[in-house]
Parts: sequence; structure tokens; C-alpha cells
Amino acid sequence: MNAAASSSNAIETQGLVRRFGSVQAVDGIDLTVRQGEIYGFLGPNGAGKTTVIRMLVTLLLPTSGRITVAGYDVMRQPDQVRSRIGVALQEAALDNKQTGRELLRLQGRLYGLNRREIDRRIKELSSLVDIGEAMDRFIGTYSGGMKRRLDLAAALIHRPDVLFLDEPTTGLDPISRSRIWDEVREINDSLGVTIFLTTQYLEEADALAGRVGIIDRGRLALQGSPSDLKRARGADLIVARLDGDVSLAAESLADIPSVSAVETHGNEITISVSNGASLISAVALKLNEQGIAVQELTLRTPTLDDVFLQVTGARFQSDGAESASPAAG
Amino acid sequence: MAVATPEQLVQGRKAGFPRDLVSVSQRAVRSAIRDPEITIPALFIPVFMYLMTVGALQDFAESIPGLDYRAFQLPVAVLFAVTGVSRAATVVADIQSGYFDRLVMTPVNRLALLLGLMVADFALVVALTIPVIIMGFIAGVSFETGILGILLFMLMAGLWGLIFTGFPYAIAFKTGNAAAVNISFLLFFPLLFMTTLFVPQEAMTGWLSAAADYNPVTYVLAALRSLIYGGWDAQAMLNGIIAIAAVGVLSIGMALAALKGRASRK
Repeated sequence: MNAAASSSNAIETQGLVRRFGSVQAVDGIDLTVRQGEIYGFLGPNGAGKTTVIRMLVTLLLPTSGRITVAGYDVMRQPDQVRSRIGVALQEAALDNKQTGRELLRLQGRLYGLNRREIDRRIKELSSLVDIGEAMDRFIGTYSGGMKRRLDLAAALIHRPDVLFLDEPTTGLDPISRSRIWDEVREINDSLGVTIFLTTQYLEEADALAGRVGIIDRGRLALQGSPSDLKRARGADLIVARLDGDVSLAAESLADIPSVSAVETHGNEITISVSNGASLISAVALKLNEQGIAVQELTLRTPTLDDVFLQVTGARFQSDGAESASPAAG
Repeated sequence: MAVATPEQLVQGRKAGFPRDLVSVSQRAVRSAIRDPEITIPALFIPVFMYLMTVGALQDFAESIPGLDYRAFQLPVAVLFAVTGVSRAATVVADIQSGYFDRLVMTPVNRLALLLGLMVADFALVVALTIPVIIMGFIAGVSFETGILGILLFMLMAGLWGLIFTGFPYAIAFKTGNAAAVNISFLLFFPLLFMTTLFVPQEAMTGWLSAAADYNPVTYVLAALRSLIYGGWDAQAMLNGIIAIAAVGVLSIGMALAALKGRASRK
């Protein structure tokens, strides 16, 4: 972190608001990301994630509020912010008609690095990029995983204090995803780079982030470490998918002793209990007594998806979530 | 990943306008060389037009006393070669792929993002004048003003090509749409045809001759022709420079405004 940074936080926002005409995309977000941490920023489509990240990386001005990144005011000192951040946006933003090496060289030059510094950084990043001789091939010939890794290297060429990764593994196969996870951890561990990460895979946030924030309808609904958030959700969850009257079933299940909370979402009932193994049979019996057909009954510990469901009223990402865990991760 | 020792640590910073300009223009030149689909038509069309026009009209046009039609048509061929050649399509591709966002998230000087492209365009259009001039030599055209005249001819044609790029860049930055960029060719036709394209102004019909009076290309062509035949003509050169400057203020002003809008964070 630079000398000008007056705060120990890598990112701070206060009362951040962004309107597009009559639409309030971001509605008063107060966010704090500490130096050196990996922060996962989660939210459903249209919640305002991309708008927030575009404001943090100087691509968009807020309607009101204040943003400090790497100790600099994003509105008043955008060039200082740009010098201290690295950004890999959702789609790998590359020029297919340059070679990997040419792209990294240009990126280094635009960050004011001299030839020796650029050569050294490309060498240092070569193990991260790990595209071998393809570095001198046109980017248009790269695979999706290679493009993402090159994009990451381009974001790191000037050794930023804060790295923004917008859905860095979306669309990648499990092996490529696992490699990116390892690289993110290494960047954070060995270089102390603060990482602000958005993802559509909750497992990714769970595996990588020290803290997560959940944005819903433009507001920061919840913030904390994944383990704290899951713990707050309850010790065990019994989840029942039903055919029939869900509200009637919920009322009867709430009468079972030791049940701390019952929530309904569509045809799904989530029952928070302190000891699920001892209560799952009671739940099954109660539903049977009510004559309610059960499609599925499961017992598990809470996941970030359950936290997300509690906060936003919707599952995070039903499709693709299960396949998010890398084979090796 | 190898970890640098503290003394090896690098830190991002502003590179400064001259270095940014060189960096952006180097990429644009590389890209121009790798895009033969832009340069080949830019060469083919003027050569074809020159051969067809001279072939069809030389005998007829040279009934005007003192007119060397091959020399008269050479500046037309050069303007066909240099007008409308730009990296605007690359700008659109950058905007659509997100690469433009990557560029503006660096501390690069915003002006260099446009001028760097234009420097590359200038180099390209000046280079494009060379084969056209060689074609003229082969056809028997000579420059009364000598080597200096040839260099000025290339410079002036290059400047015209350069300032015309402001229009496609303005559209590219404003819309980020490839189809919209092609609209800039709508300007190409009135500018290059409503002028002394085929015959001298005194031989043109009334309304077209009047329109040519208000067309800056008329003065650019007159300046270029003066360098080939008639010797040094300060007034013709001055008029040509004023015409280029006037169109340049408009086109580059529009391009800068569009770039400012694109990078404004609004």
C-alpha cells in the first residue's frame, strides 16, 4: 500500500449510490475491505454487483457517496487509483490480434514500467500465465483458460495493491477453475494483494474469501466471514421439497420441539435445528401425518447458499452451482 | 510464482503523454500491418479508378488545351487511397470486447488513445501514397516541383487522410458499432465526387461547379495538382492547407468529443 494511503482499508465506500435515470441500481452501500484480505462479493443477477465494481475500478462515477481504493479517492484521484489496482473483468478483455507477450508489454508500458521492469514482470508472471511458447502466438488462438490466465497476468503486470476479479472462473472447466483458485490464493498469500472477487459460484467464495458481502436489490444485505454467516444460519438444516400445501406443513413443523426456525421458499421448507440427525425422523412423521407428499428430504449443515436464500429469498444459482467445485479443489 | 525482492518491486505510475502516444501507436501500426483487408482495397480501388478513368476519358479530356490527364488524375487516385483508411474498426472491436475498458483502467493519457491511432493512420496513409505515385511515374507523370514537391505531395495527402479519420473515429467512440462506422463513407462520396474529380472546374456544369466551390477537396486537389504541374503556387498550397485545417477542426473536434464521452465515467 502506498504512502498516501491514510487508511488500513484497501477499499471503503460510504453511502454509495448510483442511479440510471429513474432506476436506483446501487442504493447506499457502505463497504469495507481490509488490506490483504480476499473479499467475496455476491448477489443475484441485476442486484448491482457489476455497477459497484465498475465504480470501484474508475469506470463509472457514483451518483453520490464516497469511494476510497488503495487510499485514494476514486472521484478525485482516478489516475492514482488506476496505478494501484489491477482488474480482470467478466469476459477476458484482450486483443486477439496481439500476441500474449505484446499485450503484456503494452499493458506494462501504459502503467509506466520501463523495459527492464516489464521483462522482469513477464518472467515473474510466466509461471502464473503458464502458456509456454504460446506467449508469442496470437491471443485469438488461445483456449478460454489460457485467455483468463493471460487476463490475470495483465491485471498483475504493475504489481497492484488491490486486484478486482469479476467472475474469474465463469465458463471454465473444473481443472482450469482449480488452477485459477490456486493462483488467486498464491497472489494473496505471497504478495499480500487485496482481492475483491465477484463470483456466481458460492463454493468459490466459500473456498477463497475471508469475508463475503451479499448485495440484494442494490443494498448490502449481509457481510461477514463465510463460517460466521453459516454459523448464524443454524447448526443443521433439514430441507424438504413438497407436493402440496407448504404453509400448512410449515405450521405443523414449527410445533416440533427443538426446531428453531421454519422458512418456506416456493415448494421448499427449510427447518433450522440444533441436532438434525435426531429430528429428521420426527419431521418425516409429521409430514406423513399431514398427508403431504414429500419429493425430497435432506439433512445437511448450512451452506452459503442457505445464507443467501435467507437474505434474498432466492437460491443463488441453481444451475451450475453443483459443478462449481473444481476436481482438485 | 517468483517473488521479487523489495528493491525489485515495481509500481504502476503514469507513463506520460509522449510514451503513451508511442505505446498506443505501436500497437495500432502492428494491427494495421496484420489487417491487409484494410490496406489492400485502399490500394486496389485507386489503381483501378485511375486506370479506368484515364483509359476512358484521356482522349476526350485532353481536348481541353494544355491538360495532361494522367497528371490531372494522379491526385484523385491518391485521395482515393488515403481517404477513409483508419483503425476505427479496431476501436469498435476494442469497445465490444471490453479491451477498451482495460485500456481506460490504466493511467494512460486519454488523448493518446485517439492520437496514437491517428499517428499510425498517418504513417499508413503516407505509405499508401508511395505505390500510387510510382504508378503515376510508370504512367509517365513527373513532378515539376521535384523531390521536395513529391514529399509535400505525400505530406499533404497524408494530412488529408489523417484528418478524415476523425469522422469514423467520432462514430466509433460514440456508438461502438461497426455498421455505424461505415456511415462515415456517406461523407466520402459527396466530398470526393462533387469536386474536380473528372474534369477541371471550368469544364464542369453550373451547379456542380458551384458545389465544388464549397467543397474543401477541390482546394486539396488544386494544391496537389499544383505540385505536379504548374510549378510552385503559394496560393494553391495555402488554400489546400486551409481546407485541410478547416475539415480537421471539425472532424478531430468531433472525435475528441466522442472519446471524452466514452471515457467520461457517466
